[in-house]
Amino acid sequence: MLNEEIKTIISELLPNASFEETGEWLNIGIEASNWKESANTLRYCEAKPFNFLFCLTCVDWKTHFTMVYHLRSTTTLDNIVVKIKLDREKPEIITVSDMWLGAELFEREVYDLFGVIFLEHPDLRRLLLTDDWVGYPLRKDYEDPINMIKL
Amino acid sequence: MVEEIGKTAEGDLIINVGPQHPATHGVLHLVITLNGETIKKVEPHLGYIHRSIEKMCESLTYRQFIYSTSRMDYLSAHINNHACALTVEKGLGVEIPARAQVIRVLMDELTRIASHELWWGAMAMDLGAFTPFFHAFRERESINDIMEETCGARLTMNYMVPGGVMVDLHPNFQNRVKSFLKLYKQKIHEYDELVTGNIIFQNRMKGVGILSKEAAISYGVTGPAARGSGVSCDIRKLYPYEIYNTLDFEEVLETAGDSYARYLVRLREMNESIKIIEQLIDNIPEGDFQAKTKAVLKLPKGEFYQRVETARGELGVYIVSEGGTTPYRIKFRSPGFSNLSCLDHITRGGKIGDLIASMGTLDLVIPDIDR
Repeated sequence: MLNEEIKTIISELLPNASFEETGEWLNIGIEASNWKESANTLRYCEAKPFNFLFCLTCVDWKTHFTMVYHLRSTTTLDNIVVKIKLDREKPEIITVSDMWLGAELFEREVYDLFGVIFLEHPDLRRLLLTDDWVGYPLRKDYEDPINMIKL
Repeated sequence: MVEEIGKTAEGDLIINVGPQHPATHGVLHLVITLNGETIKKVEPHLGYIHRSIEKMCESLTYRQFIYSTSRMDYLSAHINNHACALTVEKGLGVEIPARAQVIRVLMDELTRIASHELWWGAMAMDLGAFTPFFHAFRERESINDIMEETCGARLTMNYMVPGGVMVDLHPNFQNRVKSFLKLYKQKIHEYDELVTGNIIFQNRMKGVGILSKEAAISYGVTGPAARGSGVSCDIRKLYPYEIYNTLDFEEVLETAGDSYARYLVRLREMNESIKIIEQLIDNIPEGDFQAKTKAVLKLPKGEFYQRVETARGELGVYIVSEGGTTPYRIKFRSPGFSNLSCLDHITRGGKIGDLIASMGTLDLVIPDIDR
């Protein structure tokens, strides 16, 4: 299905969303405060359930964080990208690990490497780094004392 | 980090499997809560081989970063390189020559067979039989020889580069591959005789580690593990890249969702890969093996995502570019990471002995999970 058609369907479902068509797929901008219900709508909507969360990550833009959720529908094979801006000083967003079970590990990884707090997450702990690690390595202002590449 | 080892208040036993354990095939650490022999919870602890490849890639150029991806899923090194090369080519808008496309697909499918061979041997070893391992390695060895001759390496090949492949095929390549095909066809029936039809293996695998179709989708499981549950998720079919849409092969699906279904999917997938190689080996077009690209690659500002089907499932490469020579942010959506997340779900309520049979058929490669 063309991005334009997906846009028509989604703008009916989520009237507050903003759209951007720069990349290959339709980018949908959603406010962090609306994310839980928007996610619920996208996940369970009848026409096009976006039931497969195939990538969840975060980008540090130095002024803010952007959460990036790549979703696809296993029935119609359409892809969308959901983007949510977060405050860099207080990065908090509601978890979606109850809707897409695979998100639980993805969110722990983002918490571990970016320090984004996922509210109501069942088990928010560091995943890859040790528990006593200081700082969040994938933030742009993180300086590693031993950097093998810049040596 | 690790729970106190011993008994919980309810009298459950907490034990560790790994980080060094023959069944985890790498440094995966599982903390298992047991009630008698029944599993109440499996909690993976990751990061023993975390190298932060994503952070490293932020300071490597678009030609350099591909090398670190061979070290993620080292059994699908070609396919990882392929994904990265495709993403960079998508950003540059480069058309690659037909010869390079065919070479890439041939290499991908040889890698897939080699990976499944290793899995098959290791899987049988997990379940207590050592002999199949040698049978699998006999065939895998001749694939490694083919790789060595053309790419100069047996494991981390780094052969696919933006624009095509690094060097042309070795003059011996076609003959070598043909003799491999002959060898494979003579020997493949042994796999069924040794393991598939063996009643001991069947009893260990059937009805064990059941993953439903809905759960597979929700957990984001891909690759043979999901296809064993009837989820159609072969990227080569759903979102074809390179020349896969012109090739004749089938997406292997099973519906039982247990370990045995996942086992059958992988075995049959090897035959599909053989089918693809047979279609291409005599039809490698002449011409350039690499498109002309600039010495220093610069991707335009924007976001690029490319996914490919590795031996383990869907690998996604997500590049955010600010227009420079290095990626601003790069994310590898590795198949093993998502496949691992269903481990607790499929083993909970089962016996501890079945944990190995369930985990073996997920085919986890730990560096791919930790990155």
